Amino acid sequence: MIPELGHVALIIAFVLAIGLAVVPMWGAARRDVAAMNMAPSLAVGVTVFVAVAFALLAVSFLQDDFSVAVVAANSNSLLPPIFKFSALWGNHEGSLLLWVLILSGWMTAVATFSRGLPLVMVARVLSVMGMVAVGFLAFSLLTSNPFERLLPNTPLDGNDLNPLLQDPGLIIHPPLLYMGYVGLSVPFAFAIAALMGGRLDASWARWSRPWTNVAWGFLSLGIMLGSWWAYYELGWGGWWFWDPVENASFMPWLMGTALVHSLAATEKRGVFRSWTVLLAIFAFSLSLLGTFLVRSGVLTSVHAFAADPERGLFILIFLALVVGGSLLLYALRAPSVASRVNYSGVSRESLLMINNLVFTVSTIVVLLGTLFPLIMDAFSLGKYSVGPPYFNAVFVPLMALVMPFMAVGPLSRWREDTTRRWLHELLVPGLGVLVVAIVLAFLGSDDFNLWIALAVLLAGWVALGVVKDLWRRIATGVDGGLTWRRLTPSFLGMTLAHLGFAAVVLGAVVVTQENEERDLRMAVGDVETLGAYRFELMSLGQQAGPNYLADQAVFEVRRDQELIAVLVPEKRRYSASGQIMTEAAIDARLWRDLYIALGEPIGEQAWAVRLQYKPMVRWLWLGALMIGLGALVTAFDRRYRSQRSNVPAAQQGVAAVAG
Amino acid sequence: MQAKKFIPLVAFAVLAGLLFRGLSIDPTELPAARLGQPFPDFAQTELISGRQISVSALAERPALVNVWATWCYSCRVEHPYLLTLAEQGVPIYGLNYKDEPAKAREWLAQLGDPYQLNVSDVEGSVGLDLGVYGAPETYVLDAAGHIAHRHVGVLDEAVFKRDFSRWFPAVAPPAVAAGPEGGQ
Amino acid sequence: MKPALKALMRAMICGQLWLAPVVLAVIETYEFSSPDLELRYHQLSQELRCPKCQNQNIADSNAPIARDLRVVLYEQLEQGATDDEILAFMVARYGEFVRYRPGVDRNTVLLWAAPGLLLTLGAVGLLFHFRQRPSARSTDLTEAEQAEITRLLGELRD
Repeated sequence: MIPELGHVALIIAFVLAIGLAVVPMWGAARRDVAAMNMAPSLAVGVTVFVAVAFALLAVSFLQDDFSVAVVAANSNSLLPPIFKFSALWGNHEGSLLLWVLILSGWMTAVATFSRGLPLVMVARVLSVMGMVAVGFLAFSLLTSNPFERLLPNTPLDGNDLNPLLQDPGLIIHPPLLYMGYVGLSVPFAFAIAALMGGRLDASWARWSRPWTNVAWGFLSLGIMLGSWWAYYELGWGGWWFWDPVENASFMPWLMGTALVHSLAATEKRGVFRSWTVLLAIFAFSLSLLGTFLVRSGVLTSVHAFAADPERGLFILIFLALVVGGSLLLYALRAPSVASRVNYSGVSRESLLMINNLVFTVSTIVVLLGTLFPLIMDAFSLGKYSVGPPYFNAVFVPLMALVMPFMAVGPLSRWREDTTRRWLHELLVPGLGVLVVAIVLAFLGSDDFNLWIALAVLLAGWVALGVVKDLWRRIATGVDGGLTWRRLTPSFLGMTLAHLGFAAVVLGAVVVTQENEERDLRMAVGDVETLGAYRFELMSLGQQAGPNYLADQAVFEVRRDQELIAVLVPEKRRYSASGQIMTEAAIDARLWRDLYIALGEPIGEQAWAVRLQYKPMVRWLWLGALMIGLGALVTAFDRRYRSQRSNVPAAQQGVAAVAG
Repeated sequence: MQAKKFIPLVAFAVLAGLLFRGLSIDPTELPAARLGQPFPDFAQTELISGRQISVSALAERPALVNVWATWCYSCRVEHPYLLTLAEQGVPIYGLNYKDEPAKAREWLAQLGDPYQLNVSDVEGSVGLDLGVYGAPETYVLDAAGHIAHRHVGVLDEAVFKRDFSRWFPAVAPPAVAAGPEGGQ
Repeated sequence: MKPALKALMRAMICGQLWLAPVVLAVIETYEFSSPDLELRYHQLSQELRCPKCQNQNIADSNAPIARDLRVVLYEQLEQGATDDEILAFMVARYGEFVRYRPGVDRNTVLLWAAPGLLLTLGAVGLLFHFRQRPSARSTDLTEAEQAEITRLLGELRD
């Protein structure tokens, strides 16, 4: 009964979504206030029924209702309850439902927080989001129904959740990621609404900004969690593989980064209008493309759901309609008069333009690399693979390129500035950082490591620029005293995010360059030294878990005779599926991780063991965390709270520039 | 100015076309790297007779070279069809890949031997030279002794008629299905 | 056969059905005759793709073919083969597919050149954009122009 009710709820949501897609849009065209006013209630209606469907599916999982196909395929009676719940989105059908749930959540949020916006705008925005919801609900109901049942041959128990997914990481990573992916539909909807209304002024940008920042922030957090989860779960100590599915989440992020910055320029200075609209369209398009890549089987990936070209075709058609439609709208309605270029070649605007360029090129490069095997195959030019060696080789220089501009950015002036002033701001601190960089590059290894020197230089420079700006704002109080009043959430968020970026770069370079790893056979009593750390295998044993049996190895790690940590890596055998999983043991500190993973047993008394010393690897995720939090913080800025509809920021003078 | 605005749309159309084409391509399918090249030479023992053989032993052309092993479940599935093909006069050479010769001999004794001869590749070195990455695989040795085609996976009637008929046009499909697994 | 069914059949090779791969820490305990060889082993094993897996390098995969290729890699390194020779050996048997760092050939030239090309194109575009523009000052209204407008507006109102 419950699954059927869930199915019905989903159908009702679908019908309401159709209403949302059509009625307010029609109302906006006819200026019919009643029709437009239906938008918020329709949005809430969709949300309620999708939430009901989601809740009922969750109940099916928690109650071990194996007559529901997805429950039977992905759950098991021995599974701990929290994983029974998260198994809901560990598969294609359920994750799609999560997608729609989060989309409707964003719809309701937009409906709630848009009191000050013109009704026409709100109606159009919600309608566009409704259209997206219609597509996904149709996809779900027609090809990927989560409520499909296995009757009358109901299995006695389920297949179990893949042990890799039986982890807290699965509980948060997809929801956060989807918050980001799906959240990019909001700036997309705003862009479409603005194109339709022919109103691409600064107010559109101001309304979009908080939504964009929050969505992008969540996407940053989602990606960060994915990387961290892979690190501790997969047992090889890696944190990014440039796998097509990873790239599918990274491309919207890259485009989103460009969008976040471009929106700032459009809001404050009215420039880059066409660029920004296009970026908003592309960011969400890349989200949809990602959905396609992950679920269609067109690319091979360790992360992909079981491939089904039929489903792929559906998504492709949907993609063609949404993206093709929006790009057609852009071609027809984008401003034919370019925004007035009232800024010089040396200005904050031009720096942001360079930022746009580099991030757009990065996105294209990642897209090209990801699709290259497909392109070659489609033209029968052979089977190729493009992996980490290629991506690292091309992506790293691009990021390095953008960093000096990032250092100057916060300190630069709008409209017109001089390179002389920039040099003055950053040269002396730059030299200081250079000295530090060279010194640090010698630390930790006997040879001078150029990459580390470069990373310290660039990251340090960015950090210095940020700190200088921070200091300047604090130190401009009345009578030369200190003041906190200029530290707006907008500014603090930017500071945090830029510092986070510098931290990520530094962490990535250091851990790649200074990583130490040893694979060897170890028996009880064996000792191995890695750098300054002494690893001793103390004992071997076994431990039973709720749904698995684990072989354990107890290690003591010492440094200068002092006991640093006791690490217990495991090899687990899950009873339901028989699958074997490795659980790495990690001693995590700010400046380094110690990482031990078990391989295969060698005889009765020994194991193949991998020991790793990973300096500054945490900086990767702490930096990404700072980026995400920084983005979220900016949404609290006062000027977004009271959204006024007709005061373009350019008229707000100094306050706008400072904010 | 206006034409410039259509560039993103056109670029997207190209992308969509590519993705559509991609839906009908199987990204995991890997053609043999040695396509068109002569079968790599080797020095191994023949599985049943124990005599030393090299590539010259694969004399009948065109012929199939079937990579199989007792640990491979799918090989068991395709075996009846191989017997059928052998009955119809298709020369099949076997490459017993990374297997135990005694087990392999017993397997053939029990289930029937469709092979003209079997190369015992215990170490897998012949397989490595060929570019084998899993069993079962079936190669076509054409009239010139070159590798003309490779099929990865179970060989059955549908696959044979679709992909192999070029080299074996005379083979007629069997009147009665060979067994529950035979034919699709 | 439908591609999905084909994929299923392929998954049945080796007798195991992978709907999602289980990645184990694949740890080989080789003794290398020099640390340089060990370093090259790690690098190359991450550059070589497992021919049958779902996008994994031979270092991380526990498929039998990955293990065999690791052994071959180890042996060839110990025998003194150069990186190029080893890659050529693998490509001859498994095709370009097996290289994660695409070699530079007629087909991949555009792939490797793309980042530089795109950046240059973009930079040229930017320069063009700035060359064409008048400087910032000229778009401001001068005081005389501002006064003129105020006067005209005043006239309109009357």
